[in-house]
Amino acid sequence: MQMLGKLSWDAIPLNEPIPLVASGLVAVVGLLVLAWVTFKGYVPYLWREWITSVDHKRIGVMYTLLAMVMLLRGFTDAIMMRAQQALAFDAPGYLPPDHYNQIFSAHGTIMIFFVAMPFVIGLMNFVLPLQLGVRDVAFPTLNSVSFWLTASGALLVNISLLVGEFARTGWLPFPPLSELQYSPGVGVDYYIWALQISGVGTLLTGVNFVTTILKMRAPGMGLLRMPMFCWTALATNLLIVAAFPVLTATLAMLALDRYLGFHFFTNEAGGNVMMFMNLIWIWGHPEVYILILPAFGIFSEVISTFSSKPLFGYRSMVMATMAICILSFLVWLHHFFTMGAGADVNAVFGIATTIIAVPTGVKIFNWLFTMYGGRVRFTTPLLWSVAFMVTFVIGGMTGVLLAVPPADFVLHNSLFLVAHFHNVIIGGVLFGAFAGYTYWFPKAFGFCLDERLGKIAFWFWISGFYVAFMPLYVLGLLGMTRRMLRYDVPEWHPWVLLAGFGAVLILCGIIVQIVQLVVSIRNREQLRDVIGDPWDGRSLEWATASPPPVFNFAVLPNVEGEEAYWGIKQRALSEQRLGEEPVYEAIEMPRNSPTGFITAFFATVTGFALIWQIWWMVMLGLVGAFATFVVFAWRDVVEYEFPAEEVARIDRERRRARAAALPTLRQPT
Amino acid sequence: MSPHADPHDEYDLAPGEEHEGDGSVAGSIVGYTIGLVLALGLTGVSFYVAGSDLIWKPGIPTGLVVLAIAQMGVHLVFFLHITTSPDSTNNVLALAFGVLIVLLVIGGSLWIMSHLNHNMLPMEKIMQMQR
Repeated sequence: MQMLGKLSWDAIPLNEPIPLVASGLVAVVGLLVLAWVTFKGYVPYLWREWITSVDHKRIGVMYTLLAMVMLLRGFTDAIMMRAQQALAFDAPGYLPPDHYNQIFSAHGTIMIFFVAMPFVIGLMNFVLPLQLGVRDVAFPTLNSVSFWLTASGALLVNISLLVGEFARTGWLPFPPLSELQYSPGVGVDYYIWALQISGVGTLLTGVNFVTTILKMRAPGMGLLRMPMFCWTALATNLLIVAAFPVLTATLAMLALDRYLGFHFFTNEAGGNVMMFMNLIWIWGHPEVYILILPAFGIFSEVISTFSSKPLFGYRSMVMATMAICILSFLVWLHHFFTMGAGADVNAVFGIATTIIAVPTGVKIFNWLFTMYGGRVRFTTPLLWSVAFMVTFVIGGMTGVLLAVPPADFVLHNSLFLVAHFHNVIIGGVLFGAFAGYTYWFPKAFGFCLDERLGKIAFWFWISGFYVAFMPLYVLGLLGMTRRMLRYDVPEWHPWVLLAGFGAVLILCGIIVQIVQLVVSIRNREQLRDVIGDPWDGRSLEWATASPPPVFNFAVLPNVEGEEAYWGIKQRALSEQRLGEEPVYEAIEMPRNSPTGFITAFFATVTGFALIWQIWWMVMLGLVGAFATFVVFAWRDVVEYEFPAEEVARIDRERRRARAAALPTLRQPT
Repeated sequence: MSPHADPHDEYDLAPGEEHEGDGSVAGSIVGYTIGLVLALGLTGVSFYVAGSDLIWKPGIPTGLVVLAIAQMGVHLVFFLHITTSPDSTNNVLALAFGVLIVLLVIGGSLWIMSHLNHNMLPMEKIMQMQR
């Protein structure tokens, strides 16, 4: 019995220069950043204000940052695949098959679980309590645990670059390929444990946010007075609570197959491979709505704000959201039409799939009618939203096409499918995330992002997207299948090169976005958001200062209708004075806690040990995580008191800035 | 909640609902005891029915299903306090959502898997085709 299980020096890919150099570079940069932070003496500040923070705003920012860093990793994988395919016409290309397979698996896994998910969860974290007019989420420490568990999963995926390997199975580990017999290495184990750990984090987030939305709203904020983003967040988190246990159970069964010789999904001894496809897509289809619904919410906020109009058809929008929430559980079979369930099953699920287009269409028309006759301001967030509407409609139509089983038999597993889901995920989720990032950035940091650079980045992204993915539709119709290492069909080559050029355009967009962030931080004094309402907003997050104080609202706002803040603002503008100064009271706030960070540390240890089968370390990690929980559960002091004078001082400052700005703002007509 | 705004008095309480005014230990012990007795009773009856010829033999499975559903009801009402009172609307909705999803997932899976298995070639045929 070895002390370190399966782990040995062979795990380091010394014979593969690309991953070795890449991971070495990442490790060196990481160490340099750590050294710089330590040298500058920022560690105590980071520990006190960020790592142990249970403030939903800080956690939201950290989620978003994690997503953006992982976007760079996922995009690197993408451009490597594009480069391989561009070079691999009648030639071997530059990637060995073994590495290429890991790259496309890691690309999908990272983009869905560690970019799209943390991005939307981060934005929900930051915005939800502010829009609901409350001081934090229902369970602040649990929120911090969720974040750090997600980060822990992301860390494990990145460790696989240097130590061992990642799965070669595609972004969903379909058996029998993912079983021990065909994937004897640790790649699939990295996949399983990274996702199990971050999956627990996501599930806890779902519980937390459903409770927050149902139980914690400002006085007067009935469910039908909530901003649209809160409704879509409610639907998303209901879906998380319902769907993520299925993913956990499915991966647990696969783990039992691999670790303890079970036969859930094996070829022999009564295992059923098709059951895995069935179960994974029961989670997988709701998952895409988990991602897109918050984006729909963001577009609703952005389009209404920048059209200076209330959202058109608010109630129909609520109905559409909740209809999608239920319908998303009725369509999962369309991911395996070709597995052979037969005509009647395929027909039922095909029709159910096309029906989802109806509530989505309702939403598109509502956004269009919101803009119609409005005083539209073409800022960066609105550009992302308009681009979304056009792009998503195209993606939606190819989706409805794929929902027709006979068409799917022709197009499945081709690049047409790849083009379709990138069309809706980039054009929907990612554009939404970028719109939300630009829209709420001033709220989070107190200064706006540079508009000019934002627009340049937008134009690179949108042109890059179309150049990169429209050729894939053509290639799909020309018969090119997905995940191809090399090919010898001359008709494909120009389209593949064109798609590669599109990826380069997107790269330019990403570079401009990084420049935008740096330039905006440098020019923050000119870009300062003094009054906390830079876009003439309509919901409660704009009622407080930018950045908001730790307690969000000095006094919980009293909601008297839809668009809570708009009403308050119009009254203040017509009377040319703010409301009466409230009586300030001391505020109880939750204390910061390192519980999340320490639990995630032990979870990472457990995950790593499970991957390499180092059983003593597994025990150590589990005992450590449990002990952390016990220490937290036995704590004596839960909250601290924010003194009334301090609250008054902070809020009077906000009121002074607003009162001074009142005459300069656009007056109600 | 203020006492006069409270819509339900002593006689207007759903079974298993905790008394608003006197959230006393004694009151909840009574509730839990009723639940325990009912649960044990239903369990006992199921065991008895399964092993006796009290009811028509082929009807026994149906009888057990009925008793099991009653058992679930007892647990929901007396132990989990899912009642018809306005305070537990969220719980009832959550339960309904959960039941709906479970029915969709399990029912759908059974239907799909039975069709898949039915349409699949027998293993020997597949082996022949590969040859």
